Amino acid sequence: MEYPTNLKYSEEHEWVKVEDGNIALVGITDYAQSELGELVYVEVDTVDETLDKDEVFGTVEAVKTTSDLYMPVSGKVLAFNPELDDSEGDNPTLINESPYEEGWIVRIEMSDPSELEALMDAEAYQGLIS
Amino acid sequence: MKNTPLTEKHIALGAKMAAFAGYNMPISYAGIKEEHKCVRENVGVFDVSHMGEFIVKGREALALIQKVTSNDASKLAIGQAQYSCLPNSEGGIVDDLLVYRLDEDQCAEGEQAYMLVVNASNIEKDWEWIKKHNDFDTRLINISDQTALLAVQGPNAGQVLQGLTDVALDELAYYTFTKGEMAGIPNVLISATGYTGAGGFELYVDQDKALALWEAIFQAGEAQGIQPIGLGARDTLRLEKGYCLYGNDIDDSTSPIEAGLGWITKTKKGEFISRDIFIKHRQEGVSRKLVAFKAAGRRVPRQGYTIEDESGKGIGKVTSGSLSPTLEIPIGMGYVAKDLAKPGTKIWISVGRKRLEAEIVKAPFV
Repeated sequence: MEYPTNLKYSEEHEWVKVEDGNIALVGITDYAQSELGELVYVEVDTVDETLDKDEVFGTVEAVKTTSDLYMPVSGKVLAFNPELDDSEGDNPTLINESPYEEGWIVRIEMSDPSELEALMDAEAYQGLIS
Repeated sequence: MKNTPLTEKHIALGAKMAAFAGYNMPISYAGIKEEHKCVRENVGVFDVSHMGEFIVKGREALALIQKVTSNDASKLAIGQAQYSCLPNSEGGIVDDLLVYRLDEDQCAEGEQAYMLVVNASNIEKDWEWIKKHNDFDTRLINISDQTALLAVQGPNAGQVLQGLTDVALDELAYYTFTKGEMAGIPNVLISATGYTGAGGFELYVDQDKALALWEAIFQAGEAQGIQPIGLGARDTLRLEKGYCLYGNDIDDSTSPIEAGLGWITKTKKGEFISRDIFIKHRQEGVSRKLVAFKAAGRRVPRQGYTIEDESGKGIGKVTSGSLSPTLEIPIGMGYVAKDLAKPGTKIWISVGRKRLEAEIVKAPFV
C-alpha cells in the first residue's frame, strides 16, 4: 500500500493534500479503503458548512460496514467530489481504485492551516497502522 | 487465536483475514459483492471449520436431545437433519444448531447416535449447558477440534461435487445426508444443507483431510469458475434469505417465538427446557417480533441502530443490516413492537442526525 509523502494523515485515516494556500483536498487512506472493502455509497451533505477538526463531514458505506468521515482539520467544506456524488458520477469505488487522486472526497478551506502540524507524516502514519 | 486446517491456505490465496469466534478466518477474497454473486449464480466454497460438532450417543441420546432442543428430534430418521435451537431456562436461546441423526454402525444394541452442529462462538457455552442437563444414559463427545467443515454452495455445487463421488448427489434431498467417499477420502459426511439459500452441500471431514478435499474441489470446479468465499458474503447471503444469525438476531434474551422460529418450537412434543414459557408466549403473544425491512435511499441500517415510528418514538433495534448485493438496496432485520410488525408498515431508522425511511417486508428478500 502507498502513503504519499506530500500528504498529512489523521488517526481517523483521512489524508489532507494542500492545493494552494488554505485550500486542501481530503480523502481516506489506502489502508482505510482496504479495510472497508468495496465502497457502495458516499454521502456528504455538509457542503458550505464550517466544521471543527474531528467533526463528521460525511459517511462511506461498504457492503458490511458504515464509517463516518472526520474533518482532519477545521474548515469550510467547499465541494464534494462530483465523481463520487450519487446525483452525478455515482462512482464510489474510485476511492478503492485511486484513494489519493481521483477518489478525493471533499475540497475544504482550512480555518487554521497551522493545525496541519498536529497531523502525521507518511512515516508516522505507517507506524500507526503497522 | 486458533487456526482451521485451511487458515494457511486462505492467507496464501490473499484473503482478508480477521478473528472470528477465536479463529483466524477469511472475511473476503475477491470482494463481498463478487463472492456473493458467485454463490447465488454459480458455486463457491466456504471454510466453516470453526463450527462446533458434538456427538451424542447412547441408549437415551434422543431423550437428552428432546430435553435440550426445541424442535422434535423424534421425527428424524437416520440420514435426516433438522434445524433447532437450545432454549435457556428463561425462554431465551443458548444457541441455534443442526441436529443430525447418524447411522448406528458404531452403536451398541439399543443405542442411537446424533451429531449436533453449533456456532463457533458458543462451543464451550453449549457444551457446558448440554452436559449440565445430561442426566441420561448418554455420552457426549466434542469432536470440534478433529472436524473440518467445507460448505460448497450455489446452484452448480452438485455438478462440481458429482465429479468427485459415486454418491448420487441429486438424490440427496434438502436436509438429508449420507456418508461416502469423496475425492478418494473415505467417510465424508455429505449433507444437503447450507446457510446461503443457494443450494449445495456441507461436507464434514477429518481435519487432516480438509486441505486435500479443498484442493480436489477447486480442481473439479475450475472450469466452472468456482471461487473461495469468505464470512462477509456468508453473512450477506444468509441475510437475503432472512436466516437468523446468533449474536445478532437471536441470543440469550430473545424467545424463538419472537424471532419467528415458532416452526422449530414444538411445544406438543413433550417436556423440554422452557416449554411452559413458549406455550405462554404462544397463548398470550409476545411484545415484539423480529421483522425484515427494506430501507429507502442508500444509507445502510446497521446492528444497534434504533427503529422509530413516524413520531420518532423508539420501537425497537436493528439486529442485522447490509446492502443486499443481489437487490442493490439496503436490507435488514430487527425487533419491533408487535402491533407495528405487519408487512407494509412504515418504520424509520435513526442514524446520527438522520432518519432513514424503511418498510417492513416478508422475508426472504430474494
